[in-house]
Amino acid sequence: MTTGAYLSRRLIDAACWLALVAGAVVMIFPIYWMFATAVRPHTEIFEAVARLAPSNFSWSNFHAVLTRYPVLTWVNNSVIIAVVAVVLTVFINLLCGYTFAKFHFPGRNILFFAILGALMVPIQVLLVPEFLIVSWLGLLNSHLGVILPRAAEAFGIFMVRQFMVSIPDEMIEAARLDGAGEFTIFFRIVLPLSKPIIAVLVIFTFMWRWNDFAWPLVALTDRDMFTIPLGLNLLRGEVNPDWGNVMALALLSLMPMLVIFLAFQRYLVQGIASTGLK
Amino acid sequence: MLVPYLFIAPNITLFTAFSFLPLIYAVYISFHDWTLIGEPNFIAIRNYLRLVHDPLFWRALANTLLYAAGTVPTSMAIGLLLALALNRRLLARSFLRSLYFLPLVVSAVATGTIAAWMFNDNYGVLNALLVRLGASRISWLSSPYWALPSLILTTLWVRVGFCMVVYLAALQSIPQMYYEAARIDGASALHQFRHVTLPLVKPATFLLLVLSIIYSFHVFDLIYVMTGGGPGFSTTMLVQYIFRAAFVTSEMGYASAVGVALYALILGFTVLQWRASRQAENVM
Repeated sequence: MTTGAYLSRRLIDAACWLALVAGAVVMIFPIYWMFATAVRPHTEIFEAVARLAPSNFSWSNFHAVLTRYPVLTWVNNSVIIAVVAVVLTVFINLLCGYTFAKFHFPGRNILFFAILGALMVPIQVLLVPEFLIVSWLGLLNSHLGVILPRAAEAFGIFMVRQFMVSIPDEMIEAARLDGAGEFTIFFRIVLPLSKPIIAVLVIFTFMWRWNDFAWPLVALTDRDMFTIPLGLNLLRGEVNPDWGNVMALALLSLMPMLVIFLAFQRYLVQGIASTGLK
Repeated sequence: MLVPYLFIAPNITLFTAFSFLPLIYAVYISFHDWTLIGEPNFIAIRNYLRLVHDPLFWRALANTLLYAAGTVPTSMAIGLLLALALNRRLLARSFLRSLYFLPLVVSAVATGTIAAWMFNDNYGVLNALLVRLGASRISWLSSPYWALPSLILTTLWVRVGFCMVVYLAALQSIPQMYYEAARIDGASALHQFRHVTLPLVKPATFLLLVLSIIYSFHVFDLIYVMTGGGPGFSTTMLVQYIFRAAFVTSEMGYASAVGVALYALILGFTVLQWRASRQAENVM
């Protein structure tokens, strides 16, 4: 490469880098602002001139939000729903995705397209019939009532199928010739080979259920059954929202996702890049 | 052989109970007049006739299309630019990638709440900044003129990282030798972008286009929390309108009719895009 070309390349690199840093500041600012508002002394929040940094740290917003609202109950509900949903959804979607990847059976394509078609249905269309079914089952205002309607996840099936197609048929056939049962094959051969996709599925399912809003909004009307997003919506919807409290709860709601983001970012990126899901 | 049916049974049962049956029921109820109390009253296609003559339906459809037009091409273009820049060997590259990607794990409710606070008329940081710069305040969320642009800006914050990740994966799969060959032929950077990069990231572009349009037609949580569809009906999208008809004014039949129309619209868009992408491939 000539010196001129090298120099112009470095110049472009520098320009790109500066633009990226400026953009990154814009991206991180809302998160910072939530944090700054949450830890500010109360009087400072409603000053007309917004100070970039809080004058000193104060836990009063966290204290207030924890004493005024049943936040711990909400956290508890969110954790139960997310964890049970992860176990259930990941297991049945692995089973289903595996079947679509490795078995030929009458009706397979029709069922697969029906599931893909379900992806495009706006959830608002289904809310009323789902509400009727769940109330008929007597599951309104219960954890199960939130979990069951979202347990079969089309994106998850799609993602698992995509991954398991590449597992060699010979391995499964060899196990079958050795007399292994279908469940044994699934648990002993297929699952150990699918660890990466299981990790992706666990992380995404947790994120979807933790962040869910529209369906819980309809299925849960009792305040003590609320999940954190419903609680956040309740605080924000008050006539004069106390923004310090609201931001403190928003920060609390974000904590598990931030931990997952820091620890498992590779899987998040992989999940999105391989199937384009969010 | 029963095994495959046994394996998909839990999923298919749940799908039937909570997706397929509700969808069929929604279509059925869209031909009825029903307020959740009493028996549904068959009124044939009158809900659909009402929809055609309902100015609010057209307003919501226009809002939805405006929102899609404001978010889909912009987030994809910014995402591609970010991916191109972040694909170069730069200082702290993976850290920068993470920052653009971070909004993806933030719930729509938290995003909408933070945005509502930042766009707040009196105490919001954006207006404070405007005042400090000597400009006048903007009624971001309380004026029908600015509410939709505020929503679009917030959506871009959420979506650019997503587009960036998908484009980055596509860029990383392009063999370097294509660029070397283009350089030897004397292609400029712009030529390389147009004739090597763009054609090779086309599958990613197609995927993003389909997913982003579906996303923009489905967006509910963010708007519910940020503006509630207001002021007036200035940010009421079709999904908001469905929710309002079902759970505020209790017109189940009409809500279902709007829902069926929206579903048809999304399916139509997807098929159209799929056809267009196939045709483009045949031409090339």
